[in-house]
Amino acid sequence: MSLGRAFLLAGPALLAAPLLLAQSPSMNLPAQVPAGSAFSVPTSGSGQGTLTIVGPGQALRQSVQLGSPVSVAAGVLYSAGEYVAILSSGSDEQVGQFEVTPAQQPSTLSFLAEPSRLPVDLQNGISGTVYVSDVYHNLILKPMPVSFNLSDSAGPSQTRTVITRDGVAWTRMNSASKEGSAHFVAQVGGVTTTRVIDEVPGDPCNLSMTATPDKGKALLQTAPVRDCSGNPIPDGTVVTFTASFSGRQSTVDVPLKRDVAEVEMPLPPGATVSVASGVVAGNEIHWSGR
Amino acid sequence: MRGALLAIFIGVATIGLVAIGTIWPIPSAIYFAGSGNGSVLRSPTTPEIAIQDLGIRIRLHQMPAAYSSLANKAEFTQSEFDQDVTGFYRSLRTQATLETVDSQPLHQSADQAEMRVQFHWSTILGPYEDTREIQVVRNGDRWQVDWPLVKRPSVPAQVIPVNYLRWDVIYSGSTDEWGSQNVAGPNVRIVDMRPVNRAEGVYVLGELLDDDVVPAWVDVRATLIGKDGKILGSEDSFDMISHRLLPKQVTPFRIHFPNVDLSQVGSIRMQPESILISTSADPVIEILNEKYNALPIASLTGQLSDQSGRVVNFAHVLTTFYDSNGNVIWVSGRYIGRALPPQTPVNFTVSVPEDLARKVSSERTIVAAYSPRGDAL
Repeated sequence: MSLGRAFLLAGPALLAAPLLLAQSPSMNLPAQVPAGSAFSVPTSGSGQGTLTIVGPGQALRQSVQLGSPVSVAAGVLYSAGEYVAILSSGSDEQVGQFEVTPAQQPSTLSFLAEPSRLPVDLQNGISGTVYVSDVYHNLILKPMPVSFNLSDSAGPSQTRTVITRDGVAWTRMNSASKEGSAHFVAQVGGVTTTRVIDEVPGDPCNLSMTATPDKGKALLQTAPVRDCSGNPIPDGTVVTFTASFSGRQSTVDVPLKRDVAEVEMPLPPGATVSVASGVVAGNEIHWSGR
Repeated sequence: MRGALLAIFIGVATIGLVAIGTIWPIPSAIYFAGSGNGSVLRSPTTPEIAIQDLGIRIRLHQMPAAYSSLANKAEFTQSEFDQDVTGFYRSLRTQATLETVDSQPLHQSADQAEMRVQFHWSTILGPYEDTREIQVVRNGDRWQVDWPLVKRPSVPAQVIPVNYLRWDVIYSGSTDEWGSQNVAGPNVRIVDMRPVNRAEGVYVLGELLDDDVVPAWVDVRATLIGKDGKILGSEDSFDMISHRLLPKQVTPFRIHFPNVDLSQVGSIRMQPESILISTSADPVIEILNEKYNALPIASLTGQLSDQSGRVVNFAHVLTTFYDSNGNVIWVSGRYIGRALPPQTPVNFTVSVPEDLARKVSSERTIVAAYSPRGDAL
């Protein structure tokens, strides 16, 4: 073999040697990363590469020096879920997976309290459902105790402690026997959320009225209208007075004002007057004119 | 070829008829086109013609001419006459058009006639009638209407304190976080419902209760499901309901399904709808002297009296009719043509189908009132 021929064969081989000696890029991903925390990914290989991370609602790409660890700063990956990482260099790449888990410390309670208004004395009438989330609004799936407390003006408050399951805890409470605003509080790990439940009177009970002459008319007036627990029926509630006489009828829907409904009606002697509110009927009066 | 000839003939004939109609229009065409009275106005040689002439002038809004034609015009001004015809306050009447006038003689002598006159008005809410008994007097060879002026009701000057409750609502905002609390909608309940088969189709009648402590804007939707499970139709109560309900108030509703027979219906799905609204508990409107007349024309008559100190511009009377067992057999409604002045009774009439007249045992009436701005009062 002549020297020139040997040079021609060895030259390209020497030029290709660095490429043949370069390692494929690889990385060592953590299995789990808490949401929002900083972490690093050790890499191997040499030369420049690109790290791409794709996850639920997030994607990032950064250039890396192979062989050096890649740092991901705190707060960059915050959405909990499965992520895919791709480290590429030239035509080579390594694909891996890791999980971003919710932070352990609860930060937000999404508290659904229903209904916002209900009658008094209703068993299991109030429902409360809590979704426990971290500061990045990731649902914390780890079981946690949630304390529910319903306090109202009626007396001792109701308390329940429920362990979350898949990030959710729910309970039911009774409405009090006395009307008013009740405070429904959910608490987890020092985080508290409050909802206000209006406990309102039920249907009128023992509805009764009187009739007295007034300026040539009859003044019809109810006694203070209350429900069966003694709560005053709210103002604005309609009370219907109906007077029947000589084949005729007069009717008026009167809203309660300061617990009482009253109206002046022109009534002939002998008229029969009745009172009702909704589907609740009250007493009847036979009007003598006096 | 024959088709082309026919088309040319029709075209020429149309142009010819349009030309004839334009050059020599018939009087009634001018009248109905609203371009004048043509020669529809006849010499008032009979009481009927005098009333018809007056009706035409009112329809054409020729109020000065209508006023001038009256026998008793010296008793009131034209302004008073205008207000009597079109209403003292903004109301359905101020937006109405007089369509036709029917007159029926009650008594007649050589110089005087008493007529029952029915004015048929059309409005955006449908037609309504206004019936008056009118004297027509002979003056030479002409008959003139002695207009029975209804004077503007006069209420003594006074201050009426109104301190009924008013509800305002603040809903949660769109920027609030998920799960934040909102106010619950009003709890409403259908307390009675009954389908009725009639020649015009199926009617679903019933009553709806606001079973809450807050006011509600309500509607009721019914869906008829056939015996084969297919939907025959879905309708809502439209205006045959009082849309604004105060706590514990009950409204009737009527839903009409034309061209459906009850024998086709397997089941009915009822869907009451309610929305929390800001409103006030006033005005209180009394319904006085309601009287059901089975004969000769089945109707319910009575008076509405606005107890507040402000005018109620639009009022809608809704009546539920019950049989002797307390079942709902019909729901009827009627808009009041005139505004309700404060403290002044205004008459109303609600009609009942003739075939149900003898079954009616009792009734219940409510009034829905609306402000000029379109908001429920």
